[in-house]
Amino acid sequence: MITTPHSVRLAARLSLTLLVAAAALGVAKAAPSAPTVAAALPSDSIYQLPVVLTGQDGRSARLDARRGTPLLVSMFYTSCKFVCPMLIETVRDVESKLSAEEREHLGVLLVSIDPDHDSVEVLKRTVDERHIDGARWTLARTDAATVRKLAAVLGIQYRALADGEFNHTTAVILVDADGRTAARTTRLGSADPAFVKRVKSVLLAASR
Amino acid sequence: MVATTHRPGARAAAAVLLAALAGAVAAADYVPVPAGTLASAIASDAGGAPVPIDAFSMRVTPVTKGEFRRFVEARPEWRRGRIPRTFADASYLQDWRGTTTIGDPAMEDQPVVNVSWFAAEAYCEGEGGRLPTWNEWEYVAAADATRRDARGDPAWRARILAWYSTSARAALPAVGGAADVHGVRDMHGVVWEWVDDFNALLVDADSRSGDDADKLKFCGAGAINLQDRENYAVLMRIALLSSLNASDSTTSLGFRCVRPLAKEPKQ
Repeated sequence: MITTPHSVRLAARLSLTLLVAAAALGVAKAAPSAPTVAAALPSDSIYQLPVVLTGQDGRSARLDARRGTPLLVSMFYTSCKFVCPMLIETVRDVESKLSAEEREHLGVLLVSIDPDHDSVEVLKRTVDERHIDGARWTLARTDAATVRKLAAVLGIQYRALADGEFNHTTAVILVDADGRTAARTTRLGSADPAFVKRVKSVLLAASR
Repeated sequence: MVATTHRPGARAAAAVLLAALAGAVAAADYVPVPAGTLASAIASDAGGAPVPIDAFSMRVTPVTKGEFRRFVEARPEWRRGRIPRTFADASYLQDWRGTTTIGDPAMEDQPVVNVSWFAAEAYCEGEGGRLPTWNEWEYVAAADATRRDARGDPAWRARILAWYSTSARAALPAVGGAADVHGVRDMHGVVWEWVDDFNALLVDADSRSGDDADKLKFCGAGAINLQDRENYAVLMRIALLSSLNASDSTTSLGFRCVRPLAKEPKQ
C-alpha cells in the first residue's frame, strides 16, 4: 500500500475509529440485548449525509437506508474503459475471500461520478454486461451536487476533464454498520489481504 | 432566484426549499461576471488549452461572521456543538464566543473563518447558489482594478505574495476592500476561500510521476499538471486547498458563493 499524506491522515483517523469501535463493542457486550441499530447515529458516520441515490433498478433510496449492514462503497463512471472494470473486479476479489454467509451480510455500493451520462439504463446495462449480482450490488446515480458531497464524505477526489473522461481516486472504502469508515484500499486487481481482514472483522462485529 | 443547473428539477427545488428555510439570511450583493476563457494554473489536459468559463454571478464580498451567525440561528444543525463530525472538525467556529454569539461586535463584518466545506456549501445553497468552482474562482481572482487578467503583471503577484507573508495572527480586516474590474472585492488580502471542487485540484504525489502508476490509480487522461510553475501566488492556494478534507476548518479560510445568471442559457 502506498503511503501518502492522505493515507497517513487516514491511519490516524482509522485508529480513532477503531478506538470508538472498541468502546462501542464494550458497551454492546455489557448490554447484549440492546438493539445497536436503534442507537443514535455516530457523529462521524457517512449516514449523516442526507442524500438520495437511485440504483440500477430505478429505485431511489436515502443513503442512510443502508444503515445496519456493513458496506463496500466506491465511486466510478461507466464509460471508463480501464480502471473502473478493474475496480469492479477488485470488489469481486474481496468478496471471493469471504464465506457465502459473510457475503450475504455485506453490501456493495458504487456511485457514478458522471450523472450526465450514467443514467439508470446505462447502470442497468453495466450490471448485465458485467454479470453483477444486482440483488447485492447497487450501481447508483445522483445529481452532480450530491456527487461532490458524497465524494467529500468519502475522501474521493475527482475532476471532469475536457474530453469527457474523469480523473478520480479509485479507492474502495469499508464502512461499518453505522456508517463509520473502517478501512480503505487503493489497491486494484487482487484484494489487499489487510483490507479483507478488516472486512471480516467488521462483519463479525456487526453480526453480534 | 432559481438555480439553473444540470439537474434543474431536483436542485432548484432543493435551493428554493433551503432558501425558504434560511429566510433569516439577508439578501447579499452579487455582481455578474462575464463569460470568457481561463488559462488556468492547473492544466486538466495534456495540452492545457484555455478552459471556457460560462457567465455567472459572484458574491461581491466573502460571507461575514455576522451573516454566518444569522445562518446558524436559522439552521441549528449547523451550529458548533450540533454539527456532526462528518461535516466539521473540532475547530469549527472556534473563534466565536458561543454557538450563536460571535462576541466582539467589531468581528461582525469580518469574513467568517473556521468553516468547513460542508457548512460553506450549505450556506451558499441557502442563498440559491453554490461555492465557485476553482476555475470560476481563479478566473475572477486573475483580475485587478482595470484588467480581467492581470496575472502576468509582476505587481499583481507581488501584492498577493506580500499579503501571504503577513502574520496570520493579525486580526482579520472587515470585508469591503477595493473593487476589481468586475466589482468583486477581497479576492486577495483578507482570507483564503473554499471552492466547490477543492478535492479535485491535485492528485496524490505518488500519482504525479506518470505512466502506469497513474493509470492504475486514476481513470481518465492521467494526472493533472501544473501549467504555470512561476505563479506561486496561485499555486499556494491550490496547495492549501488540496491538503484539506471537506470537514476541515482553519483560521484563515472563508468562502463566498456564486449563482447562475438569471437567464443563463445553459444546457
